[in-house]
Amino acid sequence: MAQRGIREHDAKRLLAKYIEKFSNRKFHYEGNIALITSKYSIEDAVRENEWIKTKRLTVKPDQLFGKRGKHGLVLLNADFEQAKEWINERMEKEVQIGKARGKLTHFLVEPFVPHKDEYYIAIKTEAGGDRIYFSEEGGIDIEENWDKVKQFFIPVDATVDNVNFTGIDSLIVDFIKALHRIFAELDFTYLEINPFTVVGKEVIPLDLVARMDDTAYFWNKDKWGNIKFPTPFGRTFTKEEQFIRNLDEKTGASLKLTILNPQGRVWLMVAGGGASVIYADTVVDLGFGEELANYGEYSGNPSEEETYLYAKTILDLMTRNKDPRGKTLIIGGGIANFTDVAKTFKGIIRALREHREKLIENNVKIYVRRGGPNYKEGLKMMRELGNELNVPIKVYGPELPMTRVVTLALTGGKNENN
Amino acid sequence: MKIINEKTQAIIYGRQMKAVQRMLDFDYVSKRETPSVATIVDPTGKGFETAFFGSEEILIPVYKTIQEAVEHHKNAIVLINFASYRSAFETTKEAIETETIKIIAVIAEGIPERKERILGALARKKGKVIIGPATVGGIAAGRFRIGNAGGSIENIVASKLYRPGSVGLVTKSGGMLNEMFNLIARNADGINIGIAIGGDRFPGSSLIDHIMGFESDPEVKFHVVLGEVGGLEEYKIVDALKAGKFKKPLVAWVTGTCAKVFPTEVQFGHAGARAGAERETADAKNAALREAGAIVPDSFDGLPEKINEVYKKLKEEGEIPEIEEFTPPNIPMDFEKAVKEGLVRRHRQFITTISDDRGEEVKYAGIPLSEIIESKKGLGYVIGLLWLKKSLPEYASNFIELVLKIVADHGPCVSGAHNAIVTARAGKDLVSSVASGILTIGPRFGGAIDGAGHYFKWAKDNNFSPDEFVSHMKKEGIPIPGIGHRVKSVRNPDKRVEILKKYAKESFPKTEYLGYALKVEKITTSKKENLILNVDGCTGVLLVDLMKSIELSDEEINERIDAGLLNAFFVLGRTIGIIGHTIDQKLLKSKLYRTPYNDVLYKLPKKADL
Repeated sequence: MAQRGIREHDAKRLLAKYIEKFSNRKFHYEGNIALITSKYSIEDAVRENEWIKTKRLTVKPDQLFGKRGKHGLVLLNADFEQAKEWINERMEKEVQIGKARGKLTHFLVEPFVPHKDEYYIAIKTEAGGDRIYFSEEGGIDIEENWDKVKQFFIPVDATVDNVNFTGIDSLIVDFIKALHRIFAELDFTYLEINPFTVVGKEVIPLDLVARMDDTAYFWNKDKWGNIKFPTPFGRTFTKEEQFIRNLDEKTGASLKLTILNPQGRVWLMVAGGGASVIYADTVVDLGFGEELANYGEYSGNPSEEETYLYAKTILDLMTRNKDPRGKTLIIGGGIANFTDVAKTFKGIIRALREHREKLIENNVKIYVRRGGPNYKEGLKMMRELGNELNVPIKVYGPELPMTRVVTLALTGGKNENN
Repeated sequence: MKIINEKTQAIIYGRQMKAVQRMLDFDYVSKRETPSVATIVDPTGKGFETAFFGSEEILIPVYKTIQEAVEHHKNAIVLINFASYRSAFETTKEAIETETIKIIAVIAEGIPERKERILGALARKKGKVIIGPATVGGIAAGRFRIGNAGGSIENIVASKLYRPGSVGLVTKSGGMLNEMFNLIARNADGINIGIAIGGDRFPGSSLIDHIMGFESDPEVKFHVVLGEVGGLEEYKIVDALKAGKFKKPLVAWVTGTCAKVFPTEVQFGHAGARAGAERETADAKNAALREAGAIVPDSFDGLPEKINEVYKKLKEEGEIPEIEEFTPPNIPMDFEKAVKEGLVRRHRQFITTISDDRGEEVKYAGIPLSEIIESKKGLGYVIGLLWLKKSLPEYASNFIELVLKIVADHGPCVSGAHNAIVTARAGKDLVSSVASGILTIGPRFGGAIDGAGHYFKWAKDNNFSPDEFVSHMKKEGIPIPGIGHRVKSVRNPDKRVEILKKYAKESFPKTEYLGYALKVEKITTSKKENLILNVDGCTGVLLVDLMKSIELSDEEINERIDAGLLNAFFVLGRTIGIIGHTIDQKLLKSKLYRTPYNDVLYKLPKKADL
């Protein structure tokens, strides 16, 4: 993968652990934070965090979505009982955040900190280095006050110590430098604290968003501790998606499936990561985005059995609800490097054979396009299958541009755009 | 990439012989005069590898370090780095710092972004080009192929990659290279050069780096760019277009327009393919490119026509010269492939009928090892499979184990153990010591099992009465193998023989040869107390009874006896003891053995007798 969001709780935990070391003990962050879930209640948390009973509290969901204040999902200056009630009212409840709908499952509890100064800092990665954004006027209005944000660039082969932070209080500069050292050392890829405040030696990050580079796990596993990369908010997996995820984990090949619209009439079964995106693009570009049922791919030379299971899952899904207008299945792909096309088709053919009745009942039209080693044999097998099953299967090879099969399937070949 | 030509050579990091062969096959169809692979670096070993250049087999030197490879191959300006994501950073860095390597293709996927960016910065500082990471590489048509780029040789030929065309292609996706090669060969005159920079967010070289190179290369007549959702690299092209830096037409498409119909963020196959902000979406980038003057279709599906239009126009304007086409030479088919397709056949040098390690797991006489282990079969069962090719019933496999236990050792004084001990004490290794012990097994030591099995079976099968057999052997002057013991006798029986007889009588369906041997014993012991059926004799005849009971024919049994199978049980069993003695002596740190003078009778001839 690459850049993945982490919970505010994990990011603050790491900040508390490393800020002293990377600031030469100039700063301290107590790291009074607790992550409440349905299995770890606020009462459970009290046992390890006495402050929850004694201090005024801030509570908010910690599930990789922002603008929590605007959604009325931040509780400020509460006592223990209020916090408990507030969490109980919301735990496992569904909410709508932008386009995503999902359950609230994780809440971050920390001490409520009355403060005067609200600083803004964000660090992001660019091709040649890291860019730091800093403002003395942070907080929820940062976007309106963007002209007051100062920018600094740290080339990837330089260190933050060589950067000239003129016009910023030297104490804050020391904190910015320490934060960047943590950012670089722990392979963060995005870190935004808005706002944070400083009281003497104590730094308090009030609101924080972070992403990390999960490919650095091999080098950082000890430093990171038990870090989690949660799926984006609202992203839950259906039984079938989970089945393919499990299959994917067990094999050296790659098998991916995302259901976009189970009622959709256009289903894709495409080989190759790059090609699969382009097939989905073409469906959308032709104006059939609403009808696109799934996104997914199979690649990396899956076995016949794996391709069978993958195809079977898609065929099961697409023949569940009949549609009077019928359905389209596109078995697509570019020109394979070394994968034996005929071999991978065998698994798909087995699944198609098993679903013969359902394919006919659902009025499914099948379009095939593929190239690569042994493709002629593979395409021949598909053509013969069409006759055998009495299901319409149109078959094309590299002579047809890769996505033209989508145009043929969806518009009968008339692409007004071109 | 003007520094790439038909003489360019590469160092391959990692012993990737398939990729090496694919490069050499590309060289051959492109009619290169020299192979494009100079050498291989493999930190685990030095030496040579062989590969085919056409039908000729060539030697490729293997070095342990990049440094060594560079010292011996100063002409090799490309390093193709197949190191894993764990070691790709260090090896790429090392390659950048050499004097002679100019281009480094990094294949590994999953290199952290910070490391990637450090490599990119270092390369730029040193004026080197990194292609990748997370890429298959690319091809300079007719001149040089990076590793596996372009796929099978059939595809290389079909997409005319064996000779340069007019198009400069750069993509993010390596998987899409073949499709683009095909598309460009069908709608123009093929690629001149095609590079996949890799799907990561911060590739070592970017789209713009490559097309700027194409722009200054007179052989490239127009550009085709296939970008991807996520990142801002395409805007560098937009800026360059706006600044008027491109005189040649530029056809572009950014993939990932479907992202907008996804309800939550979906990570596509590539690490960099994630639209964080509006500007990073495919739609925004396509619009920006179009506005800046690139030729951008309305969907990927419009790409072939756009490429064809540009090609035709340039051709009409005389910008693109006619290509002198040639038929690329055929690559001789690999023997393995020809066998698979049933095109050739050949006598085998070896035949085996007992085991097969070619499948997912080893099979003993056709039975997968895991099945044997799961059904909790013993060692005797395994011996049955490998020595007799029979799935033995429990009584038989237990009997084999019983024999092995009984013959496992007989103290340090017998010749096998003695020899092993003397050898071990001479400081020789385990294998030499054990071999020296086992080598004493033969007609006098242990070998009587074979002889007993042979003679008793022969006599009984030929209907000799025990009396006739004994007198026959006497007449021939052959002591009956398996009869007689130095100390044991009728009144002082051998415990081991008692155990064997008891087991066989209780468990075997029939013990006819044992019965025959015992009748013979009656006769011999009536002559002399110690002429008993000894442990070798008893083992020999019972093994014959065992083979009978598992329905081997007489002929099959005789063949196996002649092959030395019965003695094999003694060899295998006694090896246990001999290994024990060897290890024992090693642990005791026993000194070199020398037979004392007084154990030797010196009796030399007198001078006068000579």
